[in-house]
Amino acid sequence: MPLRTDTSKGLALGAPATLYVGLLVVAPLGMLVAYSFWTQTYVAIDHSLTWENYRSAIGDPLVRHLLFRSVWIAALVTLMTVLLAYPIAYFIAFRTERKALWLLLITIPFWTSYLLRVFAWKLILGFNGLLNSGLQGLGLIHEPMTWLLYNEFAVVLTLAHAWAPFAILPIYVSLQKIDRRLLEAATDLGSGKLERFFRVTLPLTIPGIISSSLIIFIPTVGDYVTPALVGGADGKMIANLIQVQFGPANDWPLGATLSLLAMVTVGIVAVGYVLLLRFLGSRIR
Amino acid sequence: MKRLRRLLPGLGTYAALYLAFLYLPVLLLPLFSFSEGTIVAFPIKGFTLDWYAQLGEADTLLHSLANSVIVGGSTAVLSTVLGLFAARAYVRHRFFGREISEGIVMLPLVIPGIIVASSMLVLFLFLGLRPSLPAVILGHTFLTVPFAVSILKSAFDEFDPALEEAAYDLGETTIGVFRRVTMPIIGPGIVSSLLVTFTVSFDEFVLAFFLSGNRPTLPVYIWSQIRFPAKLPNTLALGSLLLAFSVLLLLTAEYFRRRAATGQGARKESRDDR
Repeated sequence: MPLRTDTSKGLALGAPATLYVGLLVVAPLGMLVAYSFWTQTYVAIDHSLTWENYRSAIGDPLVRHLLFRSVWIAALVTLMTVLLAYPIAYFIAFRTERKALWLLLITIPFWTSYLLRVFAWKLILGFNGLLNSGLQGLGLIHEPMTWLLYNEFAVVLTLAHAWAPFAILPIYVSLQKIDRRLLEAATDLGSGKLERFFRVTLPLTIPGIISSSLIIFIPTVGDYVTPALVGGADGKMIANLIQVQFGPANDWPLGATLSLLAMVTVGIVAVGYVLLLRFLGSRIR
Repeated sequence: MKRLRRLLPGLGTYAALYLAFLYLPVLLLPLFSFSEGTIVAFPIKGFTLDWYAQLGEADTLLHSLANSVIVGGSTAVLSTVLGLFAARAYVRHRFFGREISEGIVMLPLVIPGIIVASSMLVLFLFLGLRPSLPAVILGHTFLTVPFAVSILKSAFDEFDPALEEAAYDLGETTIGVFRRVTMPIIGPGIVSSLLVTFTVSFDEFVLAFFLSGNRPTLPVYIWSQIRFPAKLPNTLALGSLLLAFSVLLLLTAEYFRRRAATGQGARKESRDDR
């Protein structure tokens, strides 16, 4: 097939989706950037450019605190989810014949409403909730435990549940790709099971770990629903503050600034994380 | 050694526990939706279908359900059409900028929802598009294109281009080839893409929360209900119905995806045999 028609056909077919998505990334972000340099008094937007929003956002201890906590919670969630998911991915890849069934079982809960799954955790962890009433009924505790809901712990637990398939699937794929002969070779050369895992299996799954971490970490920093429902005052994150600016507080320039700050923070942390893991991966061998 | 291994709780046990962790919150909704009590706590009191019956009388609920079906249906069609072209381009053609284009199309997966939602609200208002169902459809199409592209890419992966060439050689027109060769082969992939993108749109909350204005979608309606303890039993009943519906859709999508894979897979494997 001549190269020219291949290129032009490919470009023509790929263009609609690329342009649609590309424009809807660039144009809204452009608007956010513009807004972040404008200011607002009551309803009127002052279009003169100023760093004022950035100065007041970065100078505000609450903003810094929420940004830091969003990254911290997202990191905890990522760590928890990946740690809990790895053995399952390993089990599906190496220890069972019914791979398709297990993969389906894992994805089914994920297709139910996210809002309702988070809500269900609120019902489980609440003061009069399932866990407290159940344990009291069994006589194991006498007073309801109050540390379960409305804090960081509740947010991390809920999100580790919500993101499970996003961690399991990429890690499973990278485990599945491992050439089984490499494992046999490691055994033949005298590696014990643990050594074989840490020196062969784990390093080969680093790409899977990276992609599942990113796909969890990035949306989690900007999660709105979970902190709003189960986070209480101690579990609020940056998205909740952004929503306030676009909603009740009606300060769009500040909201835009916060959105951009959140995005830049996510980008920096994500790139740093990828570099760190690549470095660690290259050191193992 | 062997006996020791049998005694230690192994990976299988862990996998079973993990499944329980995944399913516990999800199964909670149907379990308590039949309870006469108005709080979720043990022991479960009585059995009733009242909460389900009351759903049929809630007008705002039915309106928001209709809104969600409109949004989900339009989104599914739009993103599947965009995905169909793009997937064909990525699988069949080697062209300049292909990798960049594939990267761009996947971007919606890695931008935090709140940023997509707030920035689209700003842009749409600037362009004169008030928060409305069309605004939500545009936003949801953006979010679901990556899903459509990945599903349809695997449909095209399994599709031997020689089949289309053979049909052309045998004198079929472009439309004839599409109707009699392309469609039957990637049809299951298209159905699967439609179902998955519909489900994603149907469940999406944050974007709809920002962009739906005074025509709430179902998740936005649910959001307004879960703040009121008095509405809890109805919300549980509604959640259980949604759960059943989503599982049904997903299983249908899975069925079509597998049919796409087995219908073509056998042929491809024999071709790839070394």
